[in-house]
Amino acid sequence: MVLHEALESKKFAVTTEVGPLKGTDTSEVMEVAEVLKGKVDGVNVTDQQSAVMRLGSLATCSLLVEKGLEPVFQMTCRDRNRIALQSDLLSAHVLGIKNVLVISGDFPSLGDHIDAKDVYDLDSEQLIWTINQMNGGHDLAGNELQGKTDFFVGAVVKPVSDTEASTELQLAMMEKKINAGARFFQTQAVYEVDAFDRFMKRAAQFKVPVLVGVIPLKSVGMARYMNKNVSGVFVPEELIEEMGKAEDKTAKGLEITARLINDLKDLCQGVHIMAIGWEKKIPEILQLAKLA
Amino acid sequence: MLRSEQKPFEEIEGYLEGDKKVFVLGCDGCAQSSKTGGMPQVVAMKERLEGAGKKVTGHTVIDFLCQKALVASRLRPLEAQVMEADSLLVLTCGVGVQSVGAMVKKPVHPGCNTISLGGSRGEWRGTERCLECGDCLLHYTGGICPLTACSKGLRNGACGGASDGRCEVSPEKPCGWELIYERLKEVGRLDLLKEFIPPKQWDKQRPRPEILSTALWALEQRDEEREEDRG
Repeated sequence: MVLHEALESKKFAVTTEVGPLKGTDTSEVMEVAEVLKGKVDGVNVTDQQSAVMRLGSLATCSLLVEKGLEPVFQMTCRDRNRIALQSDLLSAHVLGIKNVLVISGDFPSLGDHIDAKDVYDLDSEQLIWTINQMNGGHDLAGNELQGKTDFFVGAVVKPVSDTEASTELQLAMMEKKINAGARFFQTQAVYEVDAFDRFMKRAAQFKVPVLVGVIPLKSVGMARYMNKNVSGVFVPEELIEEMGKAEDKTAKGLEITARLINDLKDLCQGVHIMAIGWEKKIPEILQLAKLA
Repeated sequence: MLRSEQKPFEEIEGYLEGDKKVFVLGCDGCAQSSKTGGMPQVVAMKERLEGAGKKVTGHTVIDFLCQKALVASRLRPLEAQVMEADSLLVLTCGVGVQSVGAMVKKPVHPGCNTISLGGSRGEWRGTERCLECGDCLLHYTGGICPLTACSKGLRNGACGGASDGRCEVSPEKPCGWELIYERLKEVGRLDLLKEFIPPKQWDKQRPRPEILSTALWALEQRDEEREEDRG
């Protein structure tokens, strides 16, 4: 089942993501693909995540297609102008890639090539709009395509914010992204069920599937690091304490993740698990959450 | 020095769609010498707006709108006329529109596009920055430029990377989009957050050949550059 069918079927969808390595070694990604095959509805491939230069999302998605998985091609607006973005979209289509997830992208100064020129020729709303144009058979300049694309376009939203301005901007932009052609959302990692519930009460009006983001906790240090450095991630103190007391941190991390998924499950249409190195443990998480 | 040109009247009318009463403001600096916002252009705009059924509550020209302190002191005698208006139409560069937006709690609309000089030199600019993009968006963003106030220059909203209202790229500065949100809220135009801004026409930001060939530009060239130009 392809991703949009999974989301339309009203079953609770599961997506996850893999990050290509810096270099040409694809063995790890291929091992993960083997483990995930048939277990999830979609696998995002990150695009130079954290502005760190790596193997590309496009090539990796293509390898996943060959392997029989359903990749979600992540595209940031940071590195390519509209010519390169559209060309890569055409390439993605001919390589059998069906899903695209559009994001702005971390600024180059946060990555490992801090002197790089940032691009942002298009912003995420404009890129979504452009993909919709291409699905309709035209490029951004209005020229007719010899063979159009047929992408299922997704976008991101940050459900929990620390200021009123950020909360309201996220909702306004979510609506704008939908009007531009976004048909599903994956969210920043959520740890507070109540806060996500408040967000969904307002986002439900848009009637577009939302896959809630979940990052398995691995340690107290990781939780504290995210609270300090990752925008929109708030790990409650109780969870950090629970983690701190646990003898087997890995088992506890998996247990908390499964519990979170179950608590969030009725509020949205799917979950997006960002395992960050624990991709091979995803089948175990799904079993613990009784989703497998 | 900044160069500007007036936006098409239809575009300005579109900005003013919901407004019945407008205050028209020009600048006796660069806008005057660009012939886009000096007194003759301000009066012409006033008449045109009245012809289109708007009430112009007042009009004036200030030297210079890029200086926020002057904006406040020069508008004070006209406060009643300014406050009677639903919004202000500002016929200047992008800096002038932003400094008026910062000083007056009313929606501001840009009447001009600021066109590129190919890099401005020898200027001491204030906090309001204009990229001279040639396609002014200030109407949609509460008079705060998203190209300069947002580190990524995003046109349709925040990137989502801010923490406590501080920018992900430079935490010492505020998130430009959160500032835009607060300003739009203050002037009652949060509806503008939902306006889709189409892909930008960056070609409008390239300096035009006629600007690069002004007399001053020619004088600034070194001998060898002049030789090259002569071919």
